[in-house]
Amino acid sequence: MSEPIAINRRNVLLASAGTLLAALPLGAWAQSPFLKPSPIGGTGTSLTDFLTGGAPLRLGRVRLDLPVLAENGNSVPMTLSVDSPMTDTDHVKVIHLVSERNPVRLMASFHLGPRSGKAEIASRVRLAGSQRVFAVAQMSDGTFWLGLADVVVTLSACIDES
Amino acid sequence: MTARVQVPARIARGDVIQVRLLIQHPMETGYQRDDTGNVIARNTIRTLKCRFGGQEVFSAELSSGVAANPYLQFPLRVTGPGTLAFTWIDDAGVEGTHNQPLEVTG
Repeated sequence: MSEPIAINRRNVLLASAGTLLAALPLGAWAQSPFLKPSPIGGTGTSLTDFLTGGAPLRLGRVRLDLPVLAENGNSVPMTLSVDSPMTDTDHVKVIHLVSERNPVRLMASFHLGPRSGKAEIASRVRLAGSQRVFAVAQMSDGTFWLGLADVVVTLSACIDES
Repeated sequence: MTARVQVPARIARGDVIQVRLLIQHPMETGYQRDDTGNVIARNTIRTLKCRFGGQEVFSAELSSGVAANPYLQFPLRVTGPGTLAFTWIDDAGVEGTHNQPLEVTG
């Protein structure tokens, strides 16, 4: 006869943790990349791998302009441009903006097409501290290109509880 | 939710213009607390679409990484007169729309 498992605090916690882990398969976050932070580099599926589907990411063609020094992280002007003729056969499909330190890593995705005429986006972003910001562009031929910018933020956006 | 759109006053057929859009929205991150210490629920614009002549010409997925009162500038090749139809939806499920006619000369 197997020994009955005592219902105490530790076992209940262990069991519930096991159930939680079983219910959350690895990479479950990937289904809602906007909602959960995710590692870039290091171990596990990186956000960039998720964006590219494991395809190689090459540096170039994407230009990400952010101020070198941003006084207020709550609103930082950002300009993105991709070197592309934007024709029916050769255009930018989507540009993802990825943060190194924000609690929500995938900041925004912009979908373009041949109707855009050129690949240039401007917006204002929130940055939780000094960091490197990445822009990943997917072309119509399936290649992925990366641009990056380093920003020093004097006053971080209040997006942490700290 | 109100929005403002800026387009060039004079557009010729075939021009690539920059469409500038400003939406009034707090883009609450969900990490901030109000004066009484309660967490303010996350409420950001999730998706934004722009159609022109019945065709989607631009769309974006936003998050709390975009500043409050989101400003967006994107390019568009104008093939003829028509209306830019913007639609967006936030976490609270509130939908917003804005229409901007484009006058084309030549």
